Amino acid sequence: MVVQQESKGKVSPPILEMKDISKYFPGVRALSRVNFSLRPGEIHALMGQNGAGKSTLIKIMTGVYHPDGGSIWLDGAKITVESPEHAESLGIATVYQEVNLCPNLSVAENVLLGREPRKGPNIDWKKMYATARQILQEKLELTLDPTAPLGSYSLAIQQMVAIARALCIQSRILILDEPTSSLDDTEVARLFVILRKLKQEGLAILFVTHFLDQVYEISDVITVLRNGEYIGTLPTKDLPKIELISMMVGKDPLDLAATMARGGKKEESSAAASAGVLPEQEFVRAENLGKEGYLKPINLAIQKGEVLGLAGLLGSGRTETAKLLFGAERAGEGTIFYQDEPVTIQHPLDAMMIGMGFCPEDRKTEGLVADLSIRENIILALQAKRGVFRYLPRKTQEVLAEELIKELGIKTPDAERPVRSLSGGNQQKVLLARWLATDPQILILDEPTRGIDVAAKSEILQRILDLKKRGISIVFISSELEEVVAVSDRVAVFRDKKKIGEIRGAQIQEHTIMRLIAQGETEHATETS
Amino acid sequence: MPQKHRRLTEAALFWPLCVLVLLIVVNIFLTRGFLTIEWKDGRFSGIIVDILNRSTYIGIISVGLTLVIATGGIDISVGSVVAISGAMAAYLIGGELILQGSEQILVTRTPMGVAIVMALLVSTVIGLWNGFLVSRLRIQPIVATLVLMVAGRGIAQLITNGQIITIYYKPYYFIGNGTLLGIPFSLYILAFVLGVVVLVTRKTALGLFIEAIGSNRTASRYSGIREERILLWSYAFCSFCAGVSGLLVSSNVKSADGNNAGDLFDLDAILAVVIGGTSLNGGKFNLAGSVLGAIIIQTLTTTIYSIGVPPQVNLVIKSVVVFLVSMIQSENFRSLFRGGSRRLVQLTTRSGI
Repeated sequence: MVVQQESKGKVSPPILEMKDISKYFPGVRALSRVNFSLRPGEIHALMGQNGAGKSTLIKIMTGVYHPDGGSIWLDGAKITVESPEHAESLGIATVYQEVNLCPNLSVAENVLLGREPRKGPNIDWKKMYATARQILQEKLELTLDPTAPLGSYSLAIQQMVAIARALCIQSRILILDEPTSSLDDTEVARLFVILRKLKQEGLAILFVTHFLDQVYEISDVITVLRNGEYIGTLPTKDLPKIELISMMVGKDPLDLAATMARGGKKEESSAAASAGVLPEQEFVRAENLGKEGYLKPINLAIQKGEVLGLAGLLGSGRTETAKLLFGAERAGEGTIFYQDEPVTIQHPLDAMMIGMGFCPEDRKTEGLVADLSIRENIILALQAKRGVFRYLPRKTQEVLAEELIKELGIKTPDAERPVRSLSGGNQQKVLLARWLATDPQILILDEPTRGIDVAAKSEILQRILDLKKRGISIVFISSELEEVVAVSDRVAVFRDKKKIGEIRGAQIQEHTIMRLIAQGETEHATETS
Repeated sequence: MPQKHRRLTEAALFWPLCVLVLLIVVNIFLTRGFLTIEWKDGRFSGIIVDILNRSTYIGIISVGLTLVIATGGIDISVGSVVAISGAMAAYLIGGELILQGSEQILVTRTPMGVAIVMALLVSTVIGLWNGFLVSRLRIQPIVATLVLMVAGRGIAQLITNGQIITIYYKPYYFIGNGTLLGIPFSLYILAFVLGVVVLVTRKTALGLFIEAIGSNRTASRYSGIREERILLWSYAFCSFCAGVSGLLVSSNVKSADGNNAGDLFDLDAILAVVIGGTSLNGGKFNLAGSVLGAIIIQTLTTTIYSIGVPPQVNLVIKSVVVFLVSMIQSENFRSLFRGGSRRLVQLTTRSGI
């Protein structure tokens, strides 16, 4: 009865309400007393950084997870969502990020899979094609050949078909999880036309995306989560971008290491300035580096012994830049220069030969080789650099592994344990050790602090500054702005798969970065030329 | 004590060796003269020698296949390569009996050396093709090699013109029938191939790289391993091994049969690798285990023939034994038993028995 506090002055009552939702996973509090309400005829954006709890909340809504606390109300009645099937029967339809349809089945089969019209024991194909055509035409104003395989259409169309599939179950709530992440601009525009139409028809739409512009273009209301907590719900028009970003990023007190780091940095930069050391010793420079549909062409220079931070929200082009630089992904255009000489980087080994190293964002799928021991994981990159035949003697391997284990403080009884037996923070250190073993000149660290505890985080940050002192250039990527601010000498800011600016020195502050992200294009005013 | 016991049962070759010992024990009781080895006509002979000799066909293939499987792939075209290699060698050696005066003289079409090199070269090229499909075009290994499993039989029959080519050239018989110091020559070949591969994979970084690729291809690439190249040459080498096996088979039976030579070798070789303790998921591999696996399979086959199982049921018997072997090999299956007995103990203690 005390429920309606927040929804004063709203026209329609909420169709779905979630109150005080909590969810715990072993050792993690994924959601803590989160509130959320969705009204018919509104497009509601759910915003938050990685790990904020967006997908957990959606999974509770759709019955994938069951909440550990709180209640869900549908049309004013308390409900329990048992399973995804149950959610569908309640009229809650979901379209996931990756279109999870069957590209080799026909459009009609995809729309009606599991609900095929039947004629006796057989599928009534005629009726199926007719129904599918009708749904696509009426709901989405889309004329497709329902007999054609889905895979023959573009991703955008496939996304529409996924929506059509969601709509034909008489749903009243449509959840779109990152529907635009693989679409280009015209495709997004097309999707939005349809979303507006559906909204007019009274559908309640929940929209999750990392693209700020899209949020402001399409949504009516924004709810922000951070670290599993409910931060607030505001009408989009009353929430300036800069405030939205600060709500998402938060202003948590800096931890010890970050403070230390900042002190250290100032000291050093002033020392460098007074000593008159060449400030611009360009090491690696990328010109017009880009790839169609992956990263818009960028210019980026990495100087000797600096920490270059890449800031931006998830999917803004940070990781993409790192992968193109390292040759993990083949660049479509542009040139990379090493000490002013153009170099071809087609394979990570090419990048390694000019002294690069890369700790990828996703430790499990791109970093660690789970079957191998800690020792083998540590020497892997060095061995690859030496080639197949100059095999490091076992003794050398052991000594090297022992040294790095000790230096980085990797907690393990011995180096022969399988690497998968380590905790997240220690696995991250093994990856770092792998690159330190190669004696790198440039180290690209993509989210090295993700998913590890606070103590390990500050250790990694401290390590980055130590490496810098040794003259190693670091490219540091993190979603945590405070970390970027704490360690970087220069920050390149990314948004929507594009570099939008560069800041340095005293300009490096959280609010400057946030403002850059919010403003978007800055005509490269701050970029050095 | 239990810990020591445990370490023993977890040793890589423990279970395959158990199976082999079991088979031998069964044979000692059922097969007369199983352990007897005689010195006859300047060579050792006996059932065991025969088993070892025959197990070289699958043994050599399984060495190459182990590498492919360790990269997370598979090659099901090896049986067809056996046929192609044999057919190629037989065709090139040819051999016609020509009367020269009163003497019959055999004339080869090409020198034996050339024939052997060509047969192995063709086999390797086939492997490169497989490797190309898998590494560059990223076709699933089973599909990529299925192409040549089917087409290879056709190619072999084209070479033999649909006939079974009989080989008359005597020196060629040595490869599959000859002996050196009384021991079948094919065993030396197997030992040589196994030795070289063990050396190359363990004394260079190749083994580490192959295991890394099989465990996580992306991470290996990001660590700077040229994973495409290693994949390519693993398939090429696997096919080369199948080529060697093809020479042994054709030499042993003194003919080349495009249709039947190497039939089902692919499956036997995969089985040998799996029995030997290399997971089909890729990653860590065990070369000696694979050869042991091949010996187990051959022992089983010979056992079935020698104890006089009627031909119509021998495939069934073989499959039952294979099923049991793979059960014993399965960690999950064994833990089911361990868990089972423990549960039983708990149950009985709780009910106060």
